[in-house]
Amino acid sequence: MSAPATNELPGTAERDLPGPIHHKGPGPAESGWFDPRHRGHGGRGLALHRITGLVIVLYLYLHLGVLSMLLIGRSSWSSFLSLVTAKSFLALEAVLIAAVAFHGLNGIRVALVGSGIAVPREQGMFWIATALAIAVGIFAALHVLGVL
Amino acid sequence: MSDRTDNRRFRVYRYKRGDGAERFDEFDVPVGPHSSVLDALRWIQLHLDPSLAMRHSCLHASCGTCGMQVDGREELACVCWVQDQGTQITVEPLANLPILTDLVVEMTGFFERFPHAHPIIRSSEPPVSEDSDAEATAHHAEVALQTDLTLHHHPLHHLHRAAPPAVDFVRLEDCIECGLCLSACPVASTSHEYVGPAALAAAERLLEEPRGVKREDVLAWASRPEGVWRCHVSFECTQACPADAIPAERIMALRRQLMFGENDDKEKER
Repeated sequence: MSAPATNELPGTAERDLPGPIHHKGPGPAESGWFDPRHRGHGGRGLALHRITGLVIVLYLYLHLGVLSMLLIGRSSWSSFLSLVTAKSFLALEAVLIAAVAFHGLNGIRVALVGSGIAVPREQGMFWIATALAIAVGIFAALHVLGVL
Repeated sequence: MSDRTDNRRFRVYRYKRGDGAERFDEFDVPVGPHSSVLDALRWIQLHLDPSLAMRHSCLHASCGTCGMQVDGREELACVCWVQDQGTQITVEPLANLPILTDLVVEMTGFFERFPHAHPIIRSSEPPVSEDSDAEATAHHAEVALQTDLTLHHHPLHHLHRAAPPAVDFVRLEDCIECGLCLSACPVASTSHEYVGPAALAAAERLLEEPRGVKREDVLAWASRPEGVWRCHVSFECTQACPADAIPAERIMALRRQLMFGENDDKEKER
């Protein structure tokens, strides 16, 4: 029987192999912030802040794209207007306004808390920002639908 | 309270180096009204699968070794009660740290994040000064009056020290270095360079009791790109912390000191 080449126990080298790293979230590690399950108000606030930020950026590009239809001509613009003045489409604008309101108000909260100011009140400020954003969204919905 | 025993199904994460794929194993475990998740895992180890690996020690939330995810939430398994969970309970290792085997994660990366000046032996008492000696003397006199003992004449009276008012000290000795905060942090999964809540809270603790460490050095360490500015103010670390060490509040206190040069302990009181 031949002697082993080294004094190492079997499997010793495998101990140095890196093990897997678990992350929260539905996809790659970078999606950890996106998973709202088992999160507190702060984690969900972070996710909502990023999602509303993305919505605002997407809307900006959509808005620029829509305005570029003016270059095509009067007829295409008129047909487009008939689509976007439909009440179902206007309701989406209320969602957009609520998203802008939440993003702005929560941004103030993050700026204050992140600077070490009003840290003990961060949870209350989050719920105030959420409630105001919902109220603004409802008001906007009633306004664009012609109820008010 | 009823002592009735019922069964719960545990879905337990399994991984062994060299075995290839990760998987979940399911076990039906009899539990009582006072069973913890750690009790159930030890029952599995004793009766169903001795190869199940986990880390635990004190069984009363002091050592911080049994941190894991229970149904996606960071918990110390020894004080996570089965009766508070559903009929099927999923148990996974902590996130954002490399898995060694089953429910055991490699904690080296967690401890390496701490500032090098982080004192290994930490005082549970305030630094001694002339003022504190005077306070101690006054305290001794008060105790002597109350107990009719003459502590000043006791041969070991000089070893006795007055306890400080509790409100003056929010000690990071509360931190049991369990790694739950790092697992819960949504930023830590995005960036492995981020030093994380426990290490930043330890840095802020250093400012409270520098023990010869320069304040500027601690602030410079904390203000690196992978330091306090990577925090996104989600407060998940404070929510996950089983010892109320309030790491998020301490990160905000560090930022406040970096921005305004202030050290306001009131901001950490929630």
